Amino acid sequence: MTEMTLPTAAAAERTERERTNASGLADLPAPRAAEEIARAEIKFRCRDVDVFYGEAQAIKQVTIDIEDKAVTSFIGPSGCGKSTFLRCLNRMNDTIPICRVGGTIELDGDDVYDRDVDPVQLRARVGMVFQKPNPFPKSIFENVSYGPKIHGLAQNKAELEGIIEESLKRAALWDEVKDRLESPGTGLSGGQQQRLCIARAIATAPEVLLMDEPCSALDPIATAQIEELIDELKQNYSVVIVTHSMQQAARVSQKTAFFHLGSMLEYDETSKIFTAPGHEKTLHYITGRFG
Amino acid sequence: MTSIDFTALSAKHTSDATRARLRKRYWAEVRLKAYGIIAIAFAAAALLLLGSTIVTKTLSVTHEYYLQLEPRIEASERDMERLTSDNPRLRANLRRPVSESLQAAVPGEISRRDGRALTGIVSANAGLELGDLAKADNSLVGQTVAFDALLDDNTQLYLRGAFGRPQPINSSETANVIVAEGQPVVVEVGPAALSEVFAVLRAERSFQAERAAAERDRQQNAVDVTIDQIGEASDPEQIALLERRLDAYERARDAAEARRTELRRQATVRREITFEMGEDDATLFINIGGGWLKAETVERERVTGAFLEPIPAGTYAEGSWQALMIERPEARRPISDRQVVWIENFDAQGKIVQKVNSRLLEASDSASAELAGIWGAIVGSFWTMVVTFSLAFPLGVMAAIYLEEFAPKNRVTDLIEVNINNLAAVPSIVFGLLGLAIFVAGVDITLFGTEITIGGFLPRSSPMAGGAVLALMTLPTIIIAGRASIRAVPPSIRDAALGLGASRLQTAVHHVLPLAMPGILTGSIIGMAQALGETAPLLLVGMNSFIQEPPGDPFSPGNVLPTLIYQWNSNSERLFDDKTAAAISVLLIFLVAMNALAVLLRKRFERRW
Amino acid sequence: MLPLTLLGIVLLSLVAFALCRGHALALAAGRQAALHSRPAYHGLYALLWVLLAGIGVFAALDIALSGLFDNLIRGRIDTRAPDLSPIQQSLVYSDAVKLITGGVVSTDDALRREIGALWASYNGWRIALVSAGGLVAAGIAFYRAWAQIALNFRARNRAERMLRGMLWTAATIAILTTLGIVLSLIGETLIFFQRIGWQVDAFLFGTTWSPLAGVSEGALDPTKVGAIPLFVGTLMITIIAMCVAVPVGLFAAIYLADFASAKTRSWAKPLLEILAGVPTVVYGYFAAITVAPALRDFGSAVGLSIASESALAAGVVMGIMIIPFISSLSDDVINSVPQSLRDGSYGLGATRAETVRKVVIPAALPGIVSACLLGTSRAIGETMIVVMAAGQGANMTFNPLDAVTTVTVQIVMLITGDTEADVAAAPAFTLGFTLFCVTLALNVVALRVVRRYREMYD
Repeated sequence: MTEMTLPTAAAAERTERERTNASGLADLPAPRAAEEIARAEIKFRCRDVDVFYGEAQAIKQVTIDIEDKAVTSFIGPSGCGKSTFLRCLNRMNDTIPICRVGGTIELDGDDVYDRDVDPVQLRARVGMVFQKPNPFPKSIFENVSYGPKIHGLAQNKAELEGIIEESLKRAALWDEVKDRLESPGTGLSGGQQQRLCIARAIATAPEVLLMDEPCSALDPIATAQIEELIDELKQNYSVVIVTHSMQQAARVSQKTAFFHLGSMLEYDETSKIFTAPGHEKTLHYITGRFG
Repeated sequence: MTSIDFTALSAKHTSDATRARLRKRYWAEVRLKAYGIIAIAFAAAALLLLGSTIVTKTLSVTHEYYLQLEPRIEASERDMERLTSDNPRLRANLRRPVSESLQAAVPGEISRRDGRALTGIVSANAGLELGDLAKADNSLVGQTVAFDALLDDNTQLYLRGAFGRPQPINSSETANVIVAEGQPVVVEVGPAALSEVFAVLRAERSFQAERAAAERDRQQNAVDVTIDQIGEASDPEQIALLERRLDAYERARDAAEARRTELRRQATVRREITFEMGEDDATLFINIGGGWLKAETVERERVTGAFLEPIPAGTYAEGSWQALMIERPEARRPISDRQVVWIENFDAQGKIVQKVNSRLLEASDSASAELAGIWGAIVGSFWTMVVTFSLAFPLGVMAAIYLEEFAPKNRVTDLIEVNINNLAAVPSIVFGLLGLAIFVAGVDITLFGTEITIGGFLPRSSPMAGGAVLALMTLPTIIIAGRASIRAVPPSIRDAALGLGASRLQTAVHHVLPLAMPGILTGSIIGMAQALGETAPLLLVGMNSFIQEPPGDPFSPGNVLPTLIYQWNSNSERLFDDKTAAAISVLLIFLVAMNALAVLLRKRFERRW
Repeated sequence: MLPLTLLGIVLLSLVAFALCRGHALALAAGRQAALHSRPAYHGLYALLWVLLAGIGVFAALDIALSGLFDNLIRGRIDTRAPDLSPIQQSLVYSDAVKLITGGVVSTDDALRREIGALWASYNGWRIALVSAGGLVAAGIAFYRAWAQIALNFRARNRAERMLRGMLWTAATIAILTTLGIVLSLIGETLIFFQRIGWQVDAFLFGTTWSPLAGVSEGALDPTKVGAIPLFVGTLMITIIAMCVAVPVGLFAAIYLADFASAKTRSWAKPLLEILAGVPTVVYGYFAAITVAPALRDFGSAVGLSIASESALAAGVVMGIMIIPFISSLSDDVINSVPQSLRDGSYGLGATRAETVRKVVIPAALPGIVSACLLGTSRAIGETMIVVMAAGQGANMTFNPLDAVTTVTVQIVMLITGDTEADVAAAPAFTLGFTLFCVTLALNVVALRVVRRYREMYD
C-alpha cells in the first residue's frame, strides 16, 4: 500500500463505530480532511525492509511511507518487530553487531543505509526517545545541552541557553524545572524524566522524533502529559511512536501501522484502522482477542 | 527571549560546516581508540618482555658444564673412614686428587698461585662429588678413574659467553715468533694483520679520553668551588685547609688533562705508535697450536708479550696462527687471562662437556651458585601449602556456610562481612607482622602484675608458621568464593530438602554444599595459587633463611620458592640471576597448572540454574 | 608424646561415636522410630563432646603450664645469674633447652646444665599433666554423653547446635584476625612511642630516619625516627605506579568494553589476567634485572644520571602490576553502566567516543575512583617490588631518578636485619600500624563508594 486510499465514508461512520466498538476507543481523533492528507509530505520512504539478527529474520519485507508533520504509530503484539523497525530508521541497530538490514529506507530521498551516510549525522536528524526514561546522571541543563554541544548548534552561551529553554518549553517541562536546572536529571519524577528525554531530543534539532513506547514506564497522569506533548510536537516534527496501547495510538496518531510477526499487515489513517480495519488480524488485535 | 528557529538549526545538520566538524569528532574517536590499543599493546609488551627475560635466562641454565678429568683416587685415613661409613651424610672431600688431575691435564709446571687459579675453574664441590663416586664403590680407591668435574659458576658463565670469549681477528699474514732468553717474546707480522686491533684500541682510547675529560671537568668544578670558598672564608686555619685541598684538586685536574691528551693522541695518531696494553685494555692473544702469547705492547707490525703457554720460535704461515681478542678488560671479568687460556685449551681438546642441569631441580640451596637448586624450596612450598589448605579450606567453608545459611541479619553479621571484605585488601606484609607477633614471637601482656606471653607457639622459619600466616590471608578469598557459590544454589533445592523434613544443617551439608563444592574448590585453588606466589609475609616469619636441606616436616625450618627467588636475586653471583629465572619458571609452571585446574573445574562443573 | 595424646583423644571420640550409636540402637530394640534422634546423631553428639572437652582441656592446660613453667625457669635464671642482661639470660635458657633436646649450644656450663635439668623435669610434668588432663576430660565427656542417651533424648538438636556453634566460630575468625592485627601492631607501637618519649610528631614529621642509630638503654633517639623520607618515597613510587596503571588500565578497559571486537576481547582479557596472576616477587625480579638496568643505560645514553635503584624503575613495574587491577575493576563498572544510557546518547547522534567520554565515564566515575583508591592502597602496601628494586637508604628526595625507600622496605629491613628483634620490632611494627591504618582508610572509602555505586544501578 504505497498510496493512501481515502476513507471517504469514515467520517460519516465514526459515531456509529464508536458506539459499537468493543475495545472502547471513545476518543478517536477527528479524521483529517482529504486536502490535508493530500498535502502531506513523505519523510521516510521504506521499501522491502528486511532485518536479520544473525540467522533469524525479525522484519520481513516492510514497505511504508511516513509523513512529515504528523504522528505515525506502530502497533502490534509483543515481539512483532515494531521496535526493531523503529530502530532501523535512525540506524540504532548498528550498535548491535549481528544485526543486518536489507531493502531501502530513504529520508528525504536519501538512502539512510547508503555507504556515505553517517549514522551519527543521521541520528542528529532523527532523534529518539526510549521506553524507559534514561536521563544521563548529570544536571538537567547538561542533559539538554548534550546534543547541541556535541553537534555545535550554538554559537555562544546565550544561544545555548535559548535552545535549552525553548526545548524544555516544547517538552512542557520548563515551568517545572526552570529554577533547578543544575539539579540532577535523575532526581525528577518518571514523567518529568521522560519529558526531559524528549527535551533532550528536541534540543538536538531533529526533523524526526522516534519514540519507542515512551509511556510504558509511566503512570496515567504522566502518560496523559506526554500524549498531549506528542500532539503538540507534530506541528514541527514527524513523530513515529511505537506503542503497546491501542488507545494511545488512537489518541495521538494520524496514521497507524499494524505489525504482526515481523510483517506489516496494515497501514492506514488511524481513524480507518480503528474503525474499519482491512485485515482480520488487525481487527482481532484491536478488539483484544490476542496480543 | 528570542524564539529559537529549530528549522534553521536542523538545517545545520546537513551543512558543510557540520560535516567538517564531524570529521573532527571522528578523529577524536580514532584517538580514543588508539589510546586503548596503545594501552593494551603496552600491557602486552610488558608481559612479553617479562616472559622473554625469564625464558631466555632459564634456557641459559638448562645445561651445566663439566670438565673431563682422570684423577687417581687417593684417600687419607680420615677420608677412608668417611668413604666406608654407612652414614650417607658423611662425605669425603677428595680435593687433592681433583687438583692433581687438573695439573696433570695442563702442560708444564705450575706455580702455587697459578695452581689455585687452575683449581678455581672447577667447582669447590668437585672433590665431594669425586668422594661420592668412591663411596659408592670403595674398590675405586687407588685407581685412576674417568670423572667429570663440575665447573665453577664463573667458568660456566665464561663458556656461555657472558664475559666474551676470544674472537679471532685478521691473521692473513705470516707470523714470525722470536724468542730470546731474558727478553719479552716478539711476534712480527705483516702490516695488514693488526689493523683491526688498532681500530679497537683506538676506539677504546677515545672512550677512555672522554672519561678522562669528564674527570678533568669534575676536578675543575671542585677547584672553582674551593676558590669561592676561600674567598668567603675568614678563619686562617680553614683557609689553609682549603688551600691544601685546592692544591690537590688542581693536581688531579692536571693529571686527568695529561691523561686525556695522551689518550687522545693515541686515539688519533695514525702512524708509528706503540700501544701499551694495560689492565683496562682489551686482551690480545696470539694462539699457535695450543701455545698462547698475551700481548703487552702492540706496534704497527710487531707484538711484544709473554707466553701463557709456550710457542716454539719460528715462522708460521698464514692460517696456521691466530690473533684473538677479548674486548672486556681482564680487570673487569672474574676469569683471568691465564684461566681463559686453560679453559680454551680444554675446550679445544674436547674435554669440556655439557650435561642437562638436573641439579637445579634436585639440589637444595647452596652458597655456591653452580650447586644451588630449588628442591628444598619446592618441598618447603609443598608443606606450606598443605598447612595453608588444611587450615583455610575447612574454616573458610564453615564460615561461608554459616554466613549464607544460618547468619541472622544483625550487627555482628554485618561486622563480619565488612571485616572479610577489608581483610582481603589488607597489605600482605601486615599479615606477616601479625604472624610474626602472634604465631612466632608471641605477644607479651602484663596481666595482674605477671607477664604472660600470648601465642608464639610455632617455630620461626617453619612451613607451619608460614602456612598459618598464608591461611589467614587466603581465608577471605575462600569465604568470598564460598559464599558466592553457595548463594548460586537456587532456593528451590533448600525448600525441597526442608520440605522433606531435613534440618537446616542437614540441608546445608547434604544438598547445598555438594552443589556449591565445585565453585568453592575453584575459588580455593585460585586463593592457594595466590598464596603460593606470596613472599613478603613469609620473609617476616623467617622463611628466607639459608637452608640447605629440604624440611622433613612442617615444623622444620624451610624456605619456599618465592623467598628462594628473593634470596637468590639478592645474591651478587651472576649465575644466581639466571638460576633465579629458572626458579621463577618452575613457580610459574605450578601457578599455571593450578589456574588451569581451576578453569577446568569451572568448565566441567559449571551449572546454570 | 603430646601428639600421641591428641591422637588418643581423636581415637576416643571415634570409639565414643561407635559405642553411643550402638547403645542408642540397642535402646530402640529394632524400632528406630521410637528414638527421637537417629542413632548416628547420638554417636555424633558423643563424638563432639569428647573432642571438644579433650582438646579444650589439653590446649588450656598446655598454654597455662607452659606459661607457668616458663616464668619459673626465667625466675630461677634471674636468681642464679642476676648480673646477666635479659638477652644473655634468654641465651642461657635456649642453650639449656638445647642441652637436653640435643642441639648446638654456644657454651656449656654448670648454670646451663642446672637450668636444663630443671627444664627437663618441668617439661616431663607438663607432658604428663597435659596428657592426663586431656584424656580424663575426654573420658568424662564420653561418660556424660553415654549417660544422656535415652529414647526421647534430642541428640540431633543438641549436636546440630554444637555444630552451628563451630560454624559461628569459624565465621568470627575474620574478626579475630583483624583484632589480632590491631593487637599485635598496637602493642609494639605503644612501646615505640614510649621509647621516643611520646613525641608522636617526631615520628610523623621528622625528616631523618635511622631508628637503629642512637639506641641506648632501651630508648630511641627521637631525632632519628622521622618517617617523612619513607612517606615521601612511598608516595613517589605510588604516584609513579598510578601514573602508569591508571591511564593504561582505564584506556584498556574502555577499549575492551566499548570498542573491541569479541575476538580482541577473547585474547586481551586473559592477557591482562595473566599479568594479574604473576607473583609480586617475579615483578621484583623483572624490575631489578631488566627494567632498572635498562633505565639506567637509557639515562646514561641521554645524559641523565638515573640510580640503579631509582624510584622510577620500581614505580613503573609496580604500575604494570596494578594495570590488570584497575582494568578489571573499571571494566566491571563500565560494563554495568546501563545500555539505555548509551542508547540515549547514540540516539542523540553522539559518536562512540563522545558517548564514552561524556556519558559512560561520568556515570562510571564513582566505580573508577574506587578502583583507583584500591589500586593506590595496593601500591602503598606492595612490598616485594620495592624491596628488590627500590633503595634501602632513607633519602629525602623528590627526584624520581634517585633511590628512595618505602615504608614496606623498612619493615622488611628492620625485621630481617641483624639487629636484635627487641630493638627492631618497635619501629617496624609502628610502620606496619601506620600502613595498616592508611590502607584500611583507603579500602573503607573505596568499598563504600563502590557499594553506593552498585545501589545506584541495581
